[in-house]
Amino acid sequence: MHDIGDALGLAVALVLSGDADLLEIVLLSLRVSLSATVIACLVGLPIGALVAIGRFRGRDVVLIVMNALMGLPPVVVGLLVYLHLSRSGPLGFLGLLYTPTAMIVAQTILIAPIVAALSRQVLEDLHTEYAEQFRSLCLTRLQTIRALLWDARYSLLTVGLAGFGRAVAEVGAVIIVGGNIDHLTRVMTTAIALETSKGDLALALALGIVLLVIALGVNAAVQSVRITAARHAYV
Amino acid sequence: MLARTLGTTAMAVLLAGGALAQDQSIIVQSTTSTANSGLYDYLLPIFEDETGIKVNVVAVGTGQAITNAENCDGDVLLVHAKAAEEKFVESGFGTERTDLMYNDFVIVGPADDPAGVAGMQDAQPALSQIAEQGALFASRGDDSGTHKKEMALWEDAGVDPTAASGDWYRETGSGMGATLNAGIGMGAYVMTDRATWISFDNKQDYEIQVEGDEDLFNQYGVIPVSPEKCPSVNAEAAQSFADWLVSEEGQSAIAGFEVAGQQLFFPNAPEN
Repeated sequence: MHDIGDALGLAVALVLSGDADLLEIVLLSLRVSLSATVIACLVGLPIGALVAIGRFRGRDVVLIVMNALMGLPPVVVGLLVYLHLSRSGPLGFLGLLYTPTAMIVAQTILIAPIVAALSRQVLEDLHTEYAEQFRSLCLTRLQTIRALLWDARYSLLTVGLAGFGRAVAEVGAVIIVGGNIDHLTRVMTTAIALETSKGDLALALALGIVLLVIALGVNAAVQSVRITAARHAYV
Repeated sequence: MLARTLGTTAMAVLLAGGALAQDQSIIVQSTTSTANSGLYDYLLPIFEDETGIKVNVVAVGTGQAITNAENCDGDVLLVHAKAAEEKFVESGFGTERTDLMYNDFVIVGPADDPAGVAGMQDAQPALSQIAEQGALFASRGDDSGTHKKEMALWEDAGVDPTAASGDWYRETGSGMGATLNAGIGMGAYVMTDRATWISFDNKQDYEIQVEGDEDLFNQYGVIPVSPEKCPSVNAEAAQSFADWLVSEEGQSAIAGFEVAGQQLFFPNAPEN
């Protein structure tokens, strides 16, 4: 188990050395997963809100499907996206396979259901609380959704973070559609998988520690935004 | 208006990015041993400096590499399963297959050698003995070049190991490195190409137990993907990469690649 000790030292050394390759991989990881999170929120939040306040036939089925899709296996998403973006697939003419764009697409598909399902729950609870007030104000559906999204914004940040966490940690989808190409589509998780397969467990673990620190950093940044905003709101 | 302009710009950048990457670069669908051992890190800068063609490597098992290439998702195929490669060319997916280099497979096992095969030179009797003893054996089980080779050797030995799958025969369904990690973790024998083994960092107490059989010969080939089947390929750049690899210069570059003072790949392209 000396690998774990080695890994800690190596992780610190890697970060301190300011290694250009590592920086490139870290930045690509952030670019891909943050883009996917933003797009997934743009798609998932409105869907979550619509289902939250909607009363329609088959709603129960929609809820079950939405919740089940949170468990989409990354490797299956990767395969589906691969089959579409492959040169022999329907979207092959775009030439997107083995590009960061393909990785963003895959991760977006992976986490949009998470954002939709979790935000649906958050917004529905809030809606139940406000229902009478909304009725007395005679709000339109659009106004209701806007009010709910705004009021729940801090909880929805956590929803976004859940999506980001899933995206930045997955390897199954990005390794298939990105191909783990050095200096092009290599991200933290695929680099970790590669070093593991080379038997360099200490380096793999060190990269894992760096990934954890990055996730911590993103969460801390969001948390500080939230605290600052909340303070302003109550002044 | 602004949103639309932004959208158009983003789309243009996206598409231009795709087109640009296509003009100046090729994708090599490759087996893992050549990538994991660091061969490409050594070779590609030489080729890229000379030609300005960027080579992007997707390293997967030979089976997956061939499938990807058949889907037109690569410009060059560099793998090690001659029969499958020839079929690839016969089906029209490749223009021409050229022998590129070779090394050999070895069977590695724990130092205490539970099946008593250490020092054996012939692969088949060694495998028979492992099967008879019911000693653990970890197989790729992933239709890779190494896996195909391993299955052919079992057949020669007259053993059907898959009957004992999950018992002493463990199919990991993973790449070479992952299978070595798993095999070493459970104390199983593993057949691996020598290049991956020499550059593998997690050997623990494992040693090469069986080596030197002619049947363990491991031939790599290079094939440009056919522009007739796959109009999207960068045929010219693909051909110049394949040509360079089998040229005198490419061949001596391959011979010059060493890990821990050992040459990993031996060039054997036919002389022009």
